[in-house]
Amino acid sequence: MDLKNLTFLFVGLSFVVYIAIAIKAKANTTGEFYIAGGGVHPVFNGMATAADWMSAASFISMAGLIAFLGYDASVYLMGWTGGYVLLATLLAPYLRKYGKFTVPEFIGERYYSRTARIVAVLCLILISFTYIAGQMRGVGIVFSRFLEVDINTGLFIGMGVVFIYAVLGGMKGITYTQVAQYCVLIFAYTVPAVFISLQLTGNPIPQLGFGSTLVGESTYMLDKLDQVVIDLGFTAYTESSQSTINLFFLTMALMAGTAGLPHVIVRFFTVPKVSDARKSAGYALLFIALLYTAAPAVGAMARFNLINTINGDDATGVEYTNIPSWFKNWENSGLLAWYDHNGDGKIQYANGNPLADKKPLFAAERGQYGERIVTNPGPGEAVNGAPFANELYVDRDIMVLANPEIAGLPNWVIALIAAGAIAAALSTAAGLLLVISSSISHDLLKGTFAPNISEKQELMYGRIAITVAIVIAGYLGANPPGWVAETVAMAFGLAAASLFPVILLGIFSKRVNRKGAIAGMLSGLIFTLCYIIYFKGVFIEPMAANIEENWLFGITPQAIGGLGMIINFIVALSVSYLSEEPPLHVQEMVARLRIPIEVE
Amino acid sequence: MSNKANHEAYWRANIKLVFICLAVWFLVSFGFGILLVEQLNTIKIAGFKLGFWFAQQGSIYTFLIIIFYYVKQMNKLDKKYKVND
Repeated sequence: MDLKNLTFLFVGLSFVVYIAIAIKAKANTTGEFYIAGGGVHPVFNGMATAADWMSAASFISMAGLIAFLGYDASVYLMGWTGGYVLLATLLAPYLRKYGKFTVPEFIGERYYSRTARIVAVLCLILISFTYIAGQMRGVGIVFSRFLEVDINTGLFIGMGVVFIYAVLGGMKGITYTQVAQYCVLIFAYTVPAVFISLQLTGNPIPQLGFGSTLVGESTYMLDKLDQVVIDLGFTAYTESSQSTINLFFLTMALMAGTAGLPHVIVRFFTVPKVSDARKSAGYALLFIALLYTAAPAVGAMARFNLINTINGDDATGVEYTNIPSWFKNWENSGLLAWYDHNGDGKIQYANGNPLADKKPLFAAERGQYGERIVTNPGPGEAVNGAPFANELYVDRDIMVLANPEIAGLPNWVIALIAAGAIAAALSTAAGLLLVISSSISHDLLKGTFAPNISEKQELMYGRIAITVAIVIAGYLGANPPGWVAETVAMAFGLAAASLFPVILLGIFSKRVNRKGAIAGMLSGLIFTLCYIIYFKGVFIEPMAANIEENWLFGITPQAIGGLGMIINFIVALSVSYLSEEPPLHVQEMVARLRIPIEVE
Repeated sequence: MSNKANHEAYWRANIKLVFICLAVWFLVSFGFGILLVEQLNTIKIAGFKLGFWFAQQGSIYTFLIIIFYYVKQMNKLDKKYKVND
C-alpha cells in the first residue's frame, strides 16, 4: 500500500476509535461535562493529562527546535516538565480539595470578588486561544503534507471530529479519548525514534543512543555532530549561544506557565481524592517524560541525518537530481526550499539564511532541474568560516514529520507519525475548548450574568459555547499567527504572568486579598502582553525591532512572562499588605484547602 | 493536641517538605542545567557532557523522582496527622 493510503487508513482508524469512545462516554450532568464527574482513576488521568498537555508543539515542533538550537532548546525540555513539580507540590492537591469546576471559580471565591473571577476568565480565554491557534496549524500541516488535501479541508475534518466528541461527551468524553490519543501518540513517537537510534548507534533506546558511539566508528555521536556543525559555521550543538539570563527567564516562564495553564489544572479536578491529585501529577510527568526524554535524541539524530543527506558523504553537497523524494514532497508544500547560490546544481547546507526574508517566495514555473524557483534569495555568502553558502531553507516544524523519511524508514512508520501528530493536536485542542466553554457557561453565565439558569440549560449553553469556540479555533488555524512553538510559548508567558501567582498566593497566603489579586493579575498580564505586542505586533505593526539591543535586560518576548510573573507577585503582595485583611470566612476557606479531609 | 494546632503542625511539615523538593528542583534545572552548565560540561560520561545531559535528560529524571518522593512523604504525613482521605 502506498504512503497516502496507509496514512488515510491509520488516521481514519484512530478517528473511528475516538468517536466510538465519545458515544460511550456521553455527559449527562454539568459535573460530568466539566470534570468527568470527578471519578477518573489517577493513572488514566495521568495519561489524559499527558495527551492534553503534549500538543502539536511537543509532538511536531519540539524535536525540530532541539535539532536546530541544540543545547539552547533545553529550556523547553526543562520548562515543560519542571512545571509538573510546581503543579504537584503547590497547586494540584489544593485545587482538588476545593472541589468545584473551574479555575476562575476558585479565584472568584478565594478573592471574594466577581471582578477577580471575570479578570481570570479574560486571562483564561486569551491564553487558551493563543494556544489553540498553534494546535490548528499543526493539524493543517499534517493533513496538507500526508493526505495531500487542502489545509482548510484538513482543518475542517479535524474540527468535525473534535466537535463530535467534545460537544457530546464534555470532559468525560475528552478524558477517555485523550487516554486513547496518548497511546497513539507515544507509540507513533517512539517507534521511529527506536529505529533511527538503532540505525545510527546500534542502541535501541534513543535516550542512551544519542550518548553512544556511531555504528562502525569509535566517535561518540554528539562529538561528531558538534564537529560537523562547527565546520559548517554553527555554534557547537551541545553548547549555548544565548545569554544565561534569557535562558533563565524563559525556563521560569515555561515552568510557571505549565503550572498555570487552566486546561492542565482542571484535569486535577477530575480525580476522586486529594491524594489522587498528587499521584496523578506524578503519573502525568512519567507519561510525558517518555516523549520528552526521547525528543532530544530525535532532535540530535534528525540534525545529523539531515546534514549527511543534504551535504552527502563527501560533505560537498548532493545534486538536486539525486536527492530523495521526501525533499521534493516537502518542497511542494513550501516548507523546504533550495536556491543554488553557487550554480553547481548541488544542494549545500551550512549556517546562514539562504533567503532575503524569513520565508521563501516561489515563482510559478520550475527551474532547470525541476526545482521550485525561489524569487527572494539572499546574497549567498558563506558565514563563520563555513566552506560554502547555505542554499537550504528548512521550516523547523517539519523535522519530526520528515525524520522517518530522511532516515529511509518503511511507509507504515511514516503513516504512524501522521496519526500521532493529529492525536497530539486534537487532544490538546479538545482540552482547551472545554476550559473555554466552561468558563463561559459556568463562570460568565451561571456564575455572573444569569445565575438562575437550570443545570440543563447550563449544559446546553456549555455545548453552544464549545461549538462557537471550535469555529473560532478553525478560523485561527486557517489564518495562523506565526509558527507553532512560538505561539505556544507566548501562551505560557501569559499564564505564568497572570494566573499562576494568584492561584499560588490564594493557597499559601491567607493575607492576600481581593485588591492585591486583581492588581497582580492585571499588572502581570498587561506588562507581558504589551512587551510581546511591542516587539511582535500581534494586531498592529511592531513598534521596535525584535533584536537584543532593544530588549529589557536582554530578555526575549518569549521569556518575558518570567519577569511578568515576578511583577504579579510583587504587586499582589504589596497591595494586599497595604490594604485590609480578607474576611474571616475566606481565611477559614484557605485553612480548609490545606487539609485533605473535610473538617468543621 | 487540639484539632487546629494539629492542622497547623501538618501544614508546617508540608511546607518543609515542599521546600526540600523545590530546592532540588531548582538545583538540577536552573543550577546544573543553566547556571553551572559550562563547569559541568568539562566532565564527560560516555558520549554526554554532564551539563548538557542534565539540561536535556537528567533534570527530567530528577523531576520524576521528586514528585514520587513527595507523594510518598505526603501520604506518610497525612497518616501521621490523621488527615488522610
